[in-house]
Amino acid sequence: MHLTDTEISALEKTANEIRKSIIRSLVEAKSGHTAGPLGMADVFTALYFHSLNHDPKNPAWEDRDRLVLSNGHICPVLYATMAHAGYFPVEELQTLRKYGSRLQGHPHREFLPMVETSSGPLGCGLSQTAGMAIAERMNNGSLSHKHFFCMLGDGEMNEGNNWEAIMLLGKEKLGSVTAIVDRNLIQIDGNTEDIMPLGNLGKKFEEFGWHAQEIDGHNFEEIVGAINRAKAVHDKPSVIVARTIPSKGVKAWEYDYKWHGKPPSAEEGEMALQELLRN
Amino acid sequence: MTKLNPKVYTDDVEQLPTRKGFGEGLAMLASSDPDVVALCADLTESTMMHLFKEKAPERFVQIGIAEQNLVTVAAGMSAMGKYPFCSSYAMFSPGRNWEQIRTTIAYNNSPVCIVGSHAGVSVGPDGGTHQAIEDMALMRVIPRMHVIYPCDAIEARKATIAIAGARIPAYLRLAREKTGIITTDETPFEIGKAYIVHEPEAGGLAHVGVIACGPLVRFAMLAARDLEKKGIKAKVLNLHTIKPLDTESILALAKETQCIVTVEEHQKAGGMGSAVAEYLAQTFTVPIEFVGVSDEFGQSGTPVELVEKYGMGREDIKTAIEKVLNRK
Repeated sequence: MHLTDTEISALEKTANEIRKSIIRSLVEAKSGHTAGPLGMADVFTALYFHSLNHDPKNPAWEDRDRLVLSNGHICPVLYATMAHAGYFPVEELQTLRKYGSRLQGHPHREFLPMVETSSGPLGCGLSQTAGMAIAERMNNGSLSHKHFFCMLGDGEMNEGNNWEAIMLLGKEKLGSVTAIVDRNLIQIDGNTEDIMPLGNLGKKFEEFGWHAQEIDGHNFEEIVGAINRAKAVHDKPSVIVARTIPSKGVKAWEYDYKWHGKPPSAEEGEMALQELLRN
Repeated sequence: MTKLNPKVYTDDVEQLPTRKGFGEGLAMLASSDPDVVALCADLTESTMMHLFKEKAPERFVQIGIAEQNLVTVAAGMSAMGKYPFCSSYAMFSPGRNWEQIRTTIAYNNSPVCIVGSHAGVSVGPDGGTHQAIEDMALMRVIPRMHVIYPCDAIEARKATIAIAGARIPAYLRLAREKTGIITTDETPFEIGKAYIVHEPEAGGLAHVGVIACGPLVRFAMLAARDLEKKGIKAKVLNLHTIKPLDTESILALAKETQCIVTVEEHQKAGGMGSAVAEYLAQTFTVPIEFVGVSDEFGQSGTPVELVEKYGMGREDIKTAIEKVLNRK
């Protein structure tokens, strides 16, 4: 099931709009994370505009796929993608991190019930995803068509809680779960392989009984293809290690870990928007 | 007054561990409540969760020795409509996984019951590493969290069923050792509603109010009865719910007696006594003495040796009562 050129071109256009929204909201917020959200814009676009079984007009639809954002700090991309998908007005993105906003600095389900979990403290999204999938299997067994996605950062794979969840999901052979790891090779203090080397992540997952794929996280054909293959594996959980470029789309910021945890100034934001407008 | 076990003051009182009452309550829920599920971190028999597992194996999840995973998997199950009980030793859960409990259960508003067994120094020979005496402090500062510490196995059974019925984020504190049965099947139990378990035999107003929780409630009752021979009239309140606090019962007792002693197998700092003092300091100030652990760690020994060594024995309670009376 290949994407047509028209479909790919539409997804690329949407991802570009999402990147612009991310930059606008971060400039307005004057705080927040830049590199991860821009790097994951293509994967989020593929999910919300192609792969996820969901209904933005009915966020509580019981049969929806669940998407758990574990690395909550990249929420500007989640918010921007959800807004563009029709969950809430795009203008609301400009309230990011402000007093009274539904768009908390890290996602809060109580304020924004259409996100599946509150997150920010790292390493506990995958285990919550496991709990959801186990509960669903208890409820509906093999009749269930729900798929459970968990979005993870590679830096957060330092957390022991993730490996506890990886072991459990392997043991339980939960084919309804797909973890997508943003392999952008940066975390706050520097490059992941200097801070705490992760090596071949896919192989590590495989050792715990997972199906693993590694893809270019900016190639829609590869992203959608990997998700389709992951959903077709029923006897084990799947991981997609998505190689991404931190700050993808703004050449001057790409690959630089210093953009992990800071927002653009108004001038920097204007420069970036000019670059994205040319796409 | 509430109907209690007629043998509560006698040496041949029936003895059962509160964790047993939890296991029995959970096993009853296996039949009566299909959305109750159970998770354990490799301590299924120790925490008596096997009583549930035997009846509903398809609703039990073995997490392995991974307490962070224990509570976060439970939070995920809660988000899908289950009401999970997750059990371990109190030292490890909530001792090791506090932030996960705060974020994924309380902040996330995904109700789960965290069952901390083997709390207190009365764990005994395992030593200080295994004696959780800070756990109530950890749990009661989390918004939305309920903290419940039953006085005996019967109350633990009722608390388990009541917690499941209420679908609340809760911490249920249990003990390893067999302890004296105080209540009966007929004794009413309501989350957040304390009740008097000892009144002066002579009747009339009491001179001192003793507020206790957990199995030490019986020690407080015995101490109160001993002091009646000296003409000291004490009332004992079983404050099984540390959060939310039954302020009405506490205020009524403080007004009647004008002085309070709190009794708990926990650090004095941050525990039940602190909660009572925080409330009374703001509403009705009376002298208070705290019976509990004084900023120390436990060690190996028998439960009785340790409870006395750390100042929570029957004699210590009597000393605290006499001391607070002198401060009136």
